[in-house]
Amino acid sequence: MPLPGPVGLYDPSHEHDACGTGFVAELHREPSHRIVELGQQVLSRMSHRGATGADPLTGDGAGMLLQIPHAFYERTMARKGKELPNAGDYGVAQAFLSRDAERRALQMRTLEDAVRYHNQKVIGWRDVPVRPELLGPLGRKSQPVFRQLFIARMCQAEVFERTLFMIRKRAGRLASGSGSGADFYLASCSSRTVVYKGLALPERLSDFYPDLLEDEVRTSLALVHSRFSTNTFPTWERAHPYRCLAHNGEINTLRGNQTWMAAREGLLASDAFAEHLADFTPIIRPGGSDSASLDNVVDFLVAGGRSLPHVMMMLVPEAWSTQPDMDPDRRAFYEYHAGLVEPWDGPAAILFTDGNQIGAMLDRNGLRPGKVVLTHDGLVVCASELGVVDVEPDNVKEKGRLAPGKMLLVDTKAGRIISDEEVKRSVVQRQPYAEWVRANKVETTRQSRDTARPASLYSLTADDRQRAARVFGYTREELRVLLTPMASTGEEPIGSMGTDAPLAILSHRPQRLFRYFKQQFAQVTNPPIDPIREASVMSLVSSLGGEGNLLGETPEQARLLELPHPILTPSDLKEIQASARMNVVTLPILFPATGDAGACLQTALDALGTSAARAIDDGASILVLSDRGVSATEVPIPSLLALAAVQNALIRGGRRMRTGLIVESGEPREVADVALLVGYGAGAVCPYLALELVRELCAGGKLDGDEGIDSQASARLAETRYIGALKKGLLKVLSKMGISTLSSYQGAQVFEAIGIGRGVVQRYFQGTTSRVGGLELAGIAAEARASHGAAMSAAEDDELAVGGVYAWRVAGETHLWNPRTVASLQKAVRLSDAASYDDYARAINDQAANPVTLRGLWELTSEAAPVPLEEVEAASAIVKRFSTGAMSFGSISKEAHENLAVAMNRIGGKSNSGEGGEDDARFTRDADGDSRRSAIKQVASGRFGVTTHYLVNADEIQIKVAQGAKPGEGGQIPGPKVDAAIAKVRHATPGITLISPPPHHDIYSIEDLAQLIFDLRSVHPAARISVKLVSESGVGTVAAGVAKAHADGVHIAGHDGGTGASPLSSIQHAGTPWELGLAEAQQVLRINGLRGRVTLSVDGQLKTGRDVAFAALLGADEFGFATAPLVASGCVMMRKCHLNTCPVGIATQDPVLRARFHGTPEHVINYLFFVAEELRAIMASLGFRTVDEMIGRPEHIVPRRDVLPPKARLLEWDDVFHAESDAAGPRRRMRARDARDDSELDDHVLDATKVSVKYGEPSHVKVALRNHDRAAFARLAGEIARRHGAAGLPEGTVTIEATGTAGQSFGAFAVRGMLVVLEGDANDYVGKGLSGGVLAIHPPAVAGSDAVHTNVIVGNTVLYGATSGRAFFAGCAGERFAVRNSGAIAVVEGVGDHGCEYMTGGTVLVLGMTGKNFGAGMSGGVAYVLDDERASLKDRCNADGLVLSRLSDDDADVVRGLLDEHIDLTRSDWARQLRAAWPDTVKRLVKVTSLEYQRVTAAARTTPSTPSSIGQRA
Amino acid sequence: MADLRNPRAFVTVPRQKEHERPVLERVHDFREVTTALDDSSLREQASRCMDCGIPFCNQGCPLGNLIPEWNELVRRGELDLAARRLVETNNFPELTGRVCPAPCEGSCVLSLENAPVSIKAIERMLGERAREAMRVDRATPSPGPPCSVPVHRVVVVGSGPAGLATAQQLARSGHAVTVLERDDRLGGLLRYGIPDFKLEKGVLDERLAQLRMEGVVFETGVDAGVDPTGSELLATFDTVVLAAGARKARALDLPGASLAGVELAMDFLTQQNRRVAGDTIEGRALLATGKAVVVLGGGDTGADCVGTAIRQGAKSVLQLELMPRPPLVRAPSNPWPEWPLVLRSSTSHDEGCARDWAVSTRAIIGDAGHVTAIAAVRVDLVSGAMRELEGSRFSIPCDLVLLAMGFAGPEPGLIEQLGLETDERGNVRTTAAGETSVSRVYATGDMSRGQSLVVWAIADGRRVAAGVLASVSRAAVARDIIPKRA
Repeated sequence: MPLPGPVGLYDPSHEHDACGTGFVAELHREPSHRIVELGQQVLSRMSHRGATGADPLTGDGAGMLLQIPHAFYERTMARKGKELPNAGDYGVAQAFLSRDAERRALQMRTLEDAVRYHNQKVIGWRDVPVRPELLGPLGRKSQPVFRQLFIARMCQAEVFERTLFMIRKRAGRLASGSGSGADFYLASCSSRTVVYKGLALPERLSDFYPDLLEDEVRTSLALVHSRFSTNTFPTWERAHPYRCLAHNGEINTLRGNQTWMAAREGLLASDAFAEHLADFTPIIRPGGSDSASLDNVVDFLVAGGRSLPHVMMMLVPEAWSTQPDMDPDRRAFYEYHAGLVEPWDGPAAILFTDGNQIGAMLDRNGLRPGKVVLTHDGLVVCASELGVVDVEPDNVKEKGRLAPGKMLLVDTKAGRIISDEEVKRSVVQRQPYAEWVRANKVETTRQSRDTARPASLYSLTADDRQRAARVFGYTREELRVLLTPMASTGEEPIGSMGTDAPLAILSHRPQRLFRYFKQQFAQVTNPPIDPIREASVMSLVSSLGGEGNLLGETPEQARLLELPHPILTPSDLKEIQASARMNVVTLPILFPATGDAGACLQTALDALGTSAARAIDDGASILVLSDRGVSATEVPIPSLLALAAVQNALIRGGRRMRTGLIVESGEPREVADVALLVGYGAGAVCPYLALELVRELCAGGKLDGDEGIDSQASARLAETRYIGALKKGLLKVLSKMGISTLSSYQGAQVFEAIGIGRGVVQRYFQGTTSRVGGLELAGIAAEARASHGAAMSAAEDDELAVGGVYAWRVAGETHLWNPRTVASLQKAVRLSDAASYDDYARAINDQAANPVTLRGLWELTSEAAPVPLEEVEAASAIVKRFSTGAMSFGSISKEAHENLAVAMNRIGGKSNSGEGGEDDARFTRDADGDSRRSAIKQVASGRFGVTTHYLVNADEIQIKVAQGAKPGEGGQIPGPKVDAAIAKVRHATPGITLISPPPHHDIYSIEDLAQLIFDLRSVHPAARISVKLVSESGVGTVAAGVAKAHADGVHIAGHDGGTGASPLSSIQHAGTPWELGLAEAQQVLRINGLRGRVTLSVDGQLKTGRDVAFAALLGADEFGFATAPLVASGCVMMRKCHLNTCPVGIATQDPVLRARFHGTPEHVINYLFFVAEELRAIMASLGFRTVDEMIGRPEHIVPRRDVLPPKARLLEWDDVFHAESDAAGPRRRMRARDARDDSELDDHVLDATKVSVKYGEPSHVKVALRNHDRAAFARLAGEIARRHGAAGLPEGTVTIEATGTAGQSFGAFAVRGMLVVLEGDANDYVGKGLSGGVLAIHPPAVAGSDAVHTNVIVGNTVLYGATSGRAFFAGCAGERFAVRNSGAIAVVEGVGDHGCEYMTGGTVLVLGMTGKNFGAGMSGGVAYVLDDERASLKDRCNADGLVLSRLSDDDADVVRGLLDEHIDLTRSDWARQLRAAWPDTVKRLVKVTSLEYQRVTAAARTTPSTPSSIGQRA
Repeated sequence: MADLRNPRAFVTVPRQKEHERPVLERVHDFREVTTALDDSSLREQASRCMDCGIPFCNQGCPLGNLIPEWNELVRRGELDLAARRLVETNNFPELTGRVCPAPCEGSCVLSLENAPVSIKAIERMLGERAREAMRVDRATPSPGPPCSVPVHRVVVVGSGPAGLATAQQLARSGHAVTVLERDDRLGGLLRYGIPDFKLEKGVLDERLAQLRMEGVVFETGVDAGVDPTGSELLATFDTVVLAAGARKARALDLPGASLAGVELAMDFLTQQNRRVAGDTIEGRALLATGKAVVVLGGGDTGADCVGTAIRQGAKSVLQLELMPRPPLVRAPSNPWPEWPLVLRSSTSHDEGCARDWAVSTRAIIGDAGHVTAIAAVRVDLVSGAMRELEGSRFSIPCDLVLLAMGFAGPEPGLIEQLGLETDERGNVRTTAAGETSVSRVYATGDMSRGQSLVVWAIADGRRVAAGVLASVSRAAVARDIIPKRA
């Protein structure tokens, strides 16, 4: 039953899941069997949201929670001669038991013992009938034995549920204690509910559990869930629902939540649980999924006495700190609880029930869908999709959706729906939270003001400052490249072209401990957030101080120090230390400069832990860990290590929650450092030395732009800007992991280490992945001492070290791209000079003395005899496996972009369009026979230029989920760079800023990705669909999920890949080398039996044939190169791509500079052939004749023994080189993908429109749709685009009339010539990528309903990335309507939050309410919004750069035209009313457009030329 | 002034070189030909620097000068700080700023477009600023060696740029350094090889004075290898650093080579340098005044002869080079960032001389023991071998022939005396740290590298000084440990 343990790089803790979920509840009637049937119907209708693995008959899990069917159990138990008490007076434990009879007996006895221990009575057991023949082999193999234990109530009714909870906990603990816990599981144990779940396919759940088919099984509510796991180790217990909830989404902060929960256990006390508390710890059962862990906590807190809505509100709070207009009591409730427990943060639709009430809520971001239908006859259906239960149109009372942070509660006993407002009001008024907070909270006065700084700018003398800078390893480069830009612009410094300097563990120079850690980030299974455009959900507020008993609720628990953000200046810190209301104790974090390094450090850390504990016992509520006081004899302990030591010691001793931790250190200087300290538990950081250096750098107005400002003022400004940059950076780090609040990020440990030894990890960084081992304490101590020693012996006027990490320097850090390698490669390709290539390859490959990459530490080995070179596969065949990297036209010039495409097309490799679209002209071959068409077309979050025509011109469509240089982040091209040519292919307006959002707004989870793959495959069935991921631990699991989502290819990018522009901290500190990610992907895909299905490709600073050899041996079928082909084309690694000043005409749109591009296709081809020839020589020496033979053969890799520095030899490779045996199936892509199951719908539609597609004749089709008819008509759209090009067909050629509830992606990619009218409603992603088609959706005509326009008619993320076409919706839309629209025209009668987000063009008319954050990141296009009070729309708009105005006469004409067309196509009553009152309607409308758009369009009216500001600093 | 923050300045601001005094003025004196640009022009020039991700200039400069860093500081007007950055890697920027051919500029990314950043001009300005600072400071006081390292006695043989750089580095580390010079004045080729119109000797004197202040002891007129001998040096000093150059001139083995009027370039240049310094020339005067001069050898020394001859009032000057005329732009086989093998003209060439290439001298013809003409032939370079072009013999009448065909390696005296290993070209063989085959003996500069640039000599001097320091601290550590064991 449990998951397999870790093997190789596979780690079960990386499992993710997502799914479809829903509930059905009865308001007015008695419990009935129809609810069970409807529950099953919901499951069946959402089976496409679940998944299967290599074994198609074993689902990832499905389940149903219902009320105890008393009548049925009573009868079946009576047959066994057991009489059940009245309903409610007994409980049912739904047990999953061992298949082993002996163990099973023991488990049953254990459960009975627990029942008796709690003084309840065992009534008897019942076998739950099942039909194993309906399971797949995997499911059958792991199927437990199902039995129910009936437990009679022997206590007061009020405490019976709690007693059952305690029985369940005790049984679990006893079973673990007796060693029979592994296959013992109680799916439920309640007097109200019972859970049926398991590895059956969702549509077969009732068949598998025949109980569910019984008429007597009656309930008022059913909670159902169908699961999609990234991996194929689904287990029975991981199926949902859990005891009180089902969850769709992902908790990103899980590790922190688990840690903090464990830390709280020491402080728990409860009258209710009394002495039994010990049975409940750990509260979170180890090894459970995020959902299971959340369930554990909810379960526990509810049993502890809080109501279910209360618990949900405290664990998953809506965004409140940025909502000034929220009800003060509610704010106070959240504020109070924020001090008690950190949010469980991540995309989540959570459905919960206590058996009487059933509810649902969305996370603060609303990143999972939730649709609600209420019928006149009292049925409530809430589910991920509409259309999961058939409801007669005239029975629909209301159709709505769950909004972000909102709750829906159904009380089946009272027979009514309780609104978000009502349920929350009753919860927040339970206690005088506002008073408690007011009376107890401590705030700093200083931090938000920049006035009262001390007269002196510095607390250190200039000499000490210089020496301290040396002790903490500052380089001049850091001052110049990191601190100066932060201090002068308030922004994070930007860089480009990736990184090619050594990993920390490979560097000869002493490294800061921070540099050994890499940030993790969200990809596929959860979305990153946009911290700028969606700032309203983000918060950096940090609370410090003692918490208390989580089960209690007292005013004192509000006694906390609240900081607006976690960065403290020395004066802020001084104020806190002086505060009378907090007891602050400062502990030095230093260790001796002499004596055995490891032992000294160990002793110091132990002592630190002890003194921290003692300080808390003496009443400290805040501890400051400070490395002030460094001297000749005392060395600073790396601040991260000191923090981790204290954090761990306090958690172990149960003291952590009684104190807040502040780190005062000279070491942290950049965003990544602060992020690490907070991520491992610090509540605040005072980077005193960095602040002093910033002041010094900037005093006297030395910075560009500060000229003429006096010393004090400029230093103060600089400090404020520097802190501002840190804050922005922190938000970005949080958001790239999909975490919105600092308090959830704190301690969440979303990092992995490279080069930290297992001992240190186990002791101080428990839970952090460190795959290849590395430094132990002795090594860490030695590095700290090395910096210190050098600093102490340096002469006073010695300059700081040069650095050379960000840009190469003679005396700096090693770089693989350096004058020698660039020069020799360019010479080699220009002169076809093999000797020069050899020079280049040698310089890259032989890294023994100065290693840079992990593969630099390896060598190749073979026991086989070499084969003659001429028997090895030809280079011309090998290069077909090569592709060039995804670089958009826009990030690089037309010349450079087309040069790569021509080169790759000549040799049969593949170039990649990147994410900026592609000029149609390139789809046809040139007169000279060359083709400039990119074989791989990328689909990225911005969807720029992703038209139907673009897609059908691909050989491969690549979904870019992340990019190595800045995984989890978006990007943007500033307006001045968007010239006419770029604007054309991106379907944008010249001069308008283009933003790529961090997430794909149609991929918030794995089942969403499956949907996008389905959409793209529908449009272009012949193309390969691949998904680009970035290497991090857990990427293998994601890769398996991607394979299960039916992708043809998985691409793993290394962290070091090039980029046009990225924050330096992301280039340096996020993601891992591809060696690790590729090896993990290969291993996990093989363990899951999925490897043969997909092509695995890799890129990330691949430079030589030897690199390719290692990639192949680790499992790659195909290989991508980006930087090296650019270097071959003339790139000299300026790393100035973001300035548009590339002096060789590559990363620039400046015509003067583009003329300096001298690359030719031959250069690129020469390079790739050199690589292939080098590979051939290696293959010959290893005895391989074909690349296929060498794929997935890590046994041919061995570590080098001769590498320097010595610390690099500490790395351990067993897990990386681990290979499953042949039994685990293919090692490489074996079979072409399964042909897409052409749906009947597609066939029918294609057949009916044949005359149109072939001959352009008109055709007319009628179809009925169900919610599982997904991407309806995309296939037709693709066919038309393929035959008729971008122009499509004349309008009105194809008319489709549809009825029913359409599945996701209705009308996606519809092209010109298609008119689709749907009577009914549709789910998410309607009109995705609309490319000229016309869509109209209206409700069925029902008499007597006059408020139809407020009902939801389409789901979330409608018209995402639409480029042209029109859409008319006679009803409301969900969140993110018209997100990234660049040209479509739409009319809708209401929208949810984030409407028109990132819109760059097109027109949207909203004839109703809008949600919050309207127009965030909207740089172009126009929206007309019905709004009776302009001020209120203004509040709901994202203020940044938007202009709200009355309609001009021209505008009014446009709107009237749209209204008429809307009425024409949808017959909307509401629109008719508005039209009838036209003069009044015009007054009620507000025009929303961006300042930028207004400026550019105004300029275009006066001067028709394109913007000429290219070359200006962006 | 243009916008100094424009990242596109490399396109919009044209490259500017240093000013040169008008030919008609400068040929009448021996004062320096070039004059520095004003500070504001230089700031504008510095703004052309692109702060490359790979600063090829940093590699192109033998000293590893941190060019992008000081360019940035110059752009921002922080000239003193910029000068400090320069001095960090370059002991004598006032010298390189005048005489360095600036390989950095050849490898500047902007030389892809033939308009590199005016690094040399900026360096010269910064060198002058450093000189100013030096005048104020007089000397950087020697901090003394770290307490555990005892003072080491080092002798440096030769006071050319390599020897001076070595001496300065070691003296600044607190060691006792003595520099021995065979000539009557210090500076080696800097003193007597380079004409004043390229490097006025006051600049050198100022630097030497500063070295003395730093504690370097100079002894002139001491011919090491004769007196004292090699073994005497080893007996007196802890470490011997040989920096005596590669002064063996390449001879002309041709009929008529011994005719009067056939002179070694170095003799000719030395005499003029002494004359400018105010010395009275004893013995035969080597003057080009009124003569038809032929300079054999197309290199820098040849060019110096050209300029000197013109200033002396030669009737005509012709410079001949054996190798073919280099192209005006790089050949494909000589791509950037390699040192561009293109036609170079010194200021002397603008002062009125003729140049010819691919000319091989076959004989020197004389009358009455004095040269009257040279007989030459045109040649062609075919796969590395010189081939005479048939029927191309010709003769050039002349009165003075200056031999500027380079040097053949170091003089053998000390090398043989100390028994040092040499390479195939006769240069002293050393490790990267400058250690020779004999313990405690180091060699640096041209003596181990062969004839090269001043900038290489300084770089070598620094490198070898670092090698000496490393071995000194090794020894110190060893000494530290021994008492503990006892």
